[in-house]
Amino acid sequence: MNFDFSDEQKQLRDEARRFLDENCTTKEVRAILEGKDVYDRKLWKGLADLGLLGIAIPEEFGGAGAGRLELCIVAEEIGRALAPVPYSSTVYLASEILLRAGTDAQKKEWLPKIAKGEAIGALAFVEGPGNPTPGGMKASVSGGKLSGRKTLVADGGVADFAIVAARAGSGENTLSLYLVDLKGAGVTRANVETVDPTRNHAEITFANAPAALVGNEGEGWTLLTQALDRAAVLVAFEQIGGADRALYMARDYALDRMAFGRQIGSFQAIKHILADMYVSATLARSNAYYGAWALSTDAGELAEAAANARVSATQAFQLCAKQNNQVHGGMGFTWEADCHLFYRRSNLLALTLGSLSWWEDALIERMRKRNAA
Amino acid sequence: MNFDDTPQEAEFRKLARTWIEANRPDDLLAVLEALNPDGSKKASTADIVRVSKAWQKRKADGGWACLTWPKEYGGRAATPIQRVIWDQEEGAYGQLSQPFAIGQGMCGPTVMAYADEDTKRRLLPPLASGEDVWCQLFSEPAGGSDVAGLRTRAEKQDNGDWLINGQKIWTTGAHFCDYGIVITRNDPTVPKHKGLTMFWLDMKSPGVEVRPIKQASGHSGFNEVYFTNVRIPDSQRLGKVGDGWNVSITTLMNERFSIGARVATGVPEFFDFASSYRMPDGTLAIEDASVRARLATWASRSNGLKYTAYRAISALSRGERPGPENSIGKLVSAPMMQDIAMAALDLQGPEGARTIDGATPAAKLYQQLYHAIGMRIAGGTDEVMRNIIAERVLGLPADVRVDKDVPFNKIPTKGR
Repeated sequence: MNFDFSDEQKQLRDEARRFLDENCTTKEVRAILEGKDVYDRKLWKGLADLGLLGIAIPEEFGGAGAGRLELCIVAEEIGRALAPVPYSSTVYLASEILLRAGTDAQKKEWLPKIAKGEAIGALAFVEGPGNPTPGGMKASVSGGKLSGRKTLVADGGVADFAIVAARAGSGENTLSLYLVDLKGAGVTRANVETVDPTRNHAEITFANAPAALVGNEGEGWTLLTQALDRAAVLVAFEQIGGADRALYMARDYALDRMAFGRQIGSFQAIKHILADMYVSATLARSNAYYGAWALSTDAGELAEAAANARVSATQAFQLCAKQNNQVHGGMGFTWEADCHLFYRRSNLLALTLGSLSWWEDALIERMRKRNAA
Repeated sequence: MNFDDTPQEAEFRKLARTWIEANRPDDLLAVLEALNPDGSKKASTADIVRVSKAWQKRKADGGWACLTWPKEYGGRAATPIQRVIWDQEEGAYGQLSQPFAIGQGMCGPTVMAYADEDTKRRLLPPLASGEDVWCQLFSEPAGGSDVAGLRTRAEKQDNGDWLINGQKIWTTGAHFCDYGIVITRNDPTVPKHKGLTMFWLDMKSPGVEVRPIKQASGHSGFNEVYFTNVRIPDSQRLGKVGDGWNVSITTLMNERFSIGARVATGVPEFFDFASSYRMPDGTLAIEDASVRARLATWASRSNGLKYTAYRAISALSRGERPGPENSIGKLVSAPMMQDIAMAALDLQGPEGARTIDGATPAAKLYQQLYHAIGMRIAGGTDEVMRNIIAERVLGLPADVRVDKDVPFNKIPTKGR
């Protein structure tokens, strides 16, 4: 058994971490938080130059041709750095959907641009409150033109194109995926404020926007849930990266901060908080590794492994981020301390791709399916 | 990243599998399960030990006992990863080895590290083959989490022997054990960690009295052990006089032997229960949103333990020491088992209060309600486990220890 990353993959992690440590400190994250720009363009360019945007894109489409395990490695570092860039939307969602379901022409048009940092992608599937259901999406396509409203699209305000879930007709099983050029006709965008302003979100209204089918007509729900499963593993890596950093930030503060003549980390009340954070982060890491194995081998276990990784990583990052605030006491509540950057990101990641309760439900359903088989 | 064996591992697995196929103790397992249908240990321990000894003897004769021990002490000189592979292949039959867990896992390695060669060759092979069962006599009424606060005295006699007086408690299996290792206080005038000495002893020595403790569940798995003028020759001392604390650390470090072992969490039992139990409106419990939410958390934590063990196994496979992440097992599983058991009763409304026997998922969960209380304490309480993680893994400062530099006999003993 070798349930771990290889030495080469660990080397990639070191390189990515070194680059992000230098180019994505919390100073850069705060610049986006405070509205100096909608995302960190310099960092995006740097990630492209390092080959990290196209890391899992085959060489024939301008990428590095590495596998999903390498992508998991990078995802953890993106999460650890709280990178204020549209990485997950572009790389885990748009690029992965095109790779699996796009036409050769669509791949040739968009994937090289993604790899070079010249195109940002997004996935548009949210229409109002509630987790996604196949019947809940009203956007529709008629004569190759898409109309409807997607109320919260991650990175929708900065993306060049979007994969949009919409109906090909009025019947059941007509949900399909479409590629829409967001700079083209019939697209109106308005940025939306969210719990984590370091990641752009927008509402997008489509009015007869030209739309090209991705995958087969009526295959939309299957493609969408598969894409969300695959992205859930990658976002789980972002979450364990964030959880790990929040844990050690709290640990370091507990070592530095004195009260009652002692390091606060010598009080069991604080130690036990930190131990529970460690436990949660460790379980989440192991579950994410299993998700990585399933993702990289396209295993039959992927759906269950993804939900398992997603539930575990969401709980771990939420716990570590909120308890990091708690260990920091009053300082944790200030704008000046970095704790809220982790708290914001943990809350955003807990909701994106469908919220925790949705994934909990999915995990049980998938366990039942396996047990019935 | 893969779950495949290396060629050497695959070869070893084949060897182990072939031997188990030819020697499978289905007969013994059937006896064990008949004695103990719900895993509650209600059955007479003598009967359980008898069937367990039969399997252990079969393994020892085939060269499959205490795999990682040197051959001259009854082992196979196997590597840690081979031990894990054996455990995987032994599977459910491993339940039969349970009475030997403490002796082979903790006492044996301590004897191996501190006894003289003759003693090792005499004591270890029958421990490996299951002919002798050993217990560990550490905890005392006044020293549970604070083991070093123990009071059992060891006084050196003119002829060089030691006279032992005092009381141990929570001693698992003492009522069927042949030998034990015991930690004592030889000098109460120095700080508590410095005046301790370790011995091995014959549990049938005059002056040793074992009294089973009736547990909250009504069963008895462990004991009080009283020592009244028990004479131990100096040749049975393990380690130097006054160095017993360091010797005990050797014993406790060997708790890591359980890597890769299946940890009971209650999750499979609850999954089975919720998949068959119907709510008053006729729907299955597992279709209830609140049940699903809680079960998802428990299942993912249980999965996390399994995959954490896989990471440790991978480290062993590379010949490395597993990292500290293995220290989380009991802290995750024991409180979770308690919550899960209570959740199963809760679903049944007032009827949940009814005692259930048997081998159904509901009955197993009922047993776990009590089993979990002990699990949260044994081998380090939840709180001690958190301290260990905080101090040894995260590097937080040790607790302020007000008795650290105080002679043991000057440490206050009354709370109020």
